[in-house]
Amino acid sequence: MAFNIKALPKKNYIMPGNAACPGCPENIGLKFVSMALGEKATLVVPAGCTSVIQGLWPRQGTSMPVLNIVFAAAASAASGLSRALRIRGKDDIVVVWAGDGGTADIGLQALSGAAERGEDFIYICVDNEAYMNTGIQRSSLTPHGAWTTTTHRGNPGRKKPLPQIVAAHRVPYVATASIGYPWDFISKLKKAASIKGFKYIHLHAPCPVGWRFDPGLTVKIAQLAVETGAWILYEHENGKLKLNPPSNKLVDPSKRKPLEEYIKLQGRFRHLTDRDLEELKKEIEENWREITAILRAQGDL
Amino acid sequence: MRLSSRKPRKSLLPGDTALADSSPSRKDELVVEPGDHFYPLSIAAPGSMGRTGSWRIQRPVVDAEKCIGCYLCWLYCPDNTIIMREKAGPRGQDVASIDYEYCKGCGICANVCPVNAIEMVDESKFISQS
Ligand SMILES: Cc1ncc(C[n+]2csc(CCOP(=O)(O)OP(=O)(O)O)c2C)c(N)n1
Ligand code: SF4
Ligand code: SF4
Ligand code: SF4
Repeated sequence: MAFNIKALPKKNYIMPGNAACPGCPENIGLKFVSMALGEKATLVVPAGCTSVIQGLWPRQGTSMPVLNIVFAAAASAASGLSRALRIRGKDDIVVVWAGDGGTADIGLQALSGAAERGEDFIYICVDNEAYMNTGIQRSSLTPHGAWTTTTHRGNPGRKKPLPQIVAAHRVPYVATASIGYPWDFISKLKKAASIKGFKYIHLHAPCPVGWRFDPGLTVKIAQLAVETGAWILYEHENGKLKLNPPSNKLVDPSKRKPLEEYIKLQGRFRHLTDRDLEELKKEIEENWREITAILRAQGDL
Repeated sequence: MRLSSRKPRKSLLPGDTALADSSPSRKDELVVEPGDHFYPLSIAAPGSMGRTGSWRIQRPVVDAEKCIGCYLCWLYCPDNTIIMREKAGPRGQDVASIDYEYCKGCGICANVCPVNAIEMVDESKFISQS
């Protein structure tokens, strides 16, 4: 499907002069959500950078309706909101917009419950790979080796495979996306909005403040994550897995850019030893092996 | 308290009645009436964090000659501070322009431009002009 930038809605839902840092990936992601869903979207936002971006007074930083909610309750609140809207015969789209900490750590039980009950909303995890709003603490979605203020020598753990965990609930739609690929993200949002039941989109969102890079590079780093194979774009629709461009061309490792191109631009990886780098590469290879195994079992590879 | 599109009697924020009008989606005025409880409701409007143009250390400058009107900078600008001017370029093409009141100077636009039509220039170069 050809992507026509000029056909995108021109209306601004992200207000200029809001509280986001320069080059903020959450502002970019919210912009694409509003382009895809427009007036139909109601956001449910647990604590995180977006709480501040949209939640100031007397001016609000976005013009989407927002329910601000406590960390652990985003998916529960969205369940109630969505049910109430349906009872009233409204087809508004409830969208949870939660950080990686708010999703993979603190909000996981509510997320799992809502997925299991098949609640009708879209859950977006905006993954900047740490608790950014409180000063860059490690979350369970921080990659191996990354510096954070709670992992001075680099994160000893590895990134939790959250999209797969949600997909294991056998929900109708799970996808990964990146703020560097708006056409992919917007079409996934539109698809998710057309499906009834629980939908999950995991949005990769490089943060210049927490990852220690030049704010002009947010989009470039997001694209490098995909081009090097460190972040894989795919979707699970009714249990069937499909790779999306450009990841579908990167199954062969020789087609990928060297991981170093992605790593070297980020201060959070500056201290990385060769062993850490190998560990990171091994982790990425494992992710690809899992995906290609599923594709083979489906007869798609 | 009510949302009213009629002439407001009293604004929630004295001297800030233009606020609601600058919002693209909500033209209503927030009105506080005698006996109302005070609810800290926000209204979508530019500048919730002030004039963020003052955060800039570098200023994106568009070369209208080079700009091909591809809209990529407009698509990625996190702060919606790129305004596309239709058919305003020297060759009749759409051309990018920048809202310096709020542009935070991140430089994303300059990095995504396929023809390098945006240059990041140190703000110090503009001090004598402004
Ligand atoms: C129960 C609870 N614990 C801690 C906090 C403090 N807090 C506010 S925002 C935040 C970080 C959120 O991180 P994440 O979910 O990754 O979102 P991001 O800020 O990166 O967008 C924390 C810990 C809180 N608001 N509520
Ligand atoms: S810390 Fe990162 S995610 Fe949070 S507002 Fe700043 S740039 Fe955006
Ligand atoms: S420098 Fe950043 S905020 Fe300013 S116009 Fe360019 S992309 Fe937008
Ligand atoms: S990205 Fe460059 S060429 Fe495209 S509209 Fe912006 S300034 Fe013009």
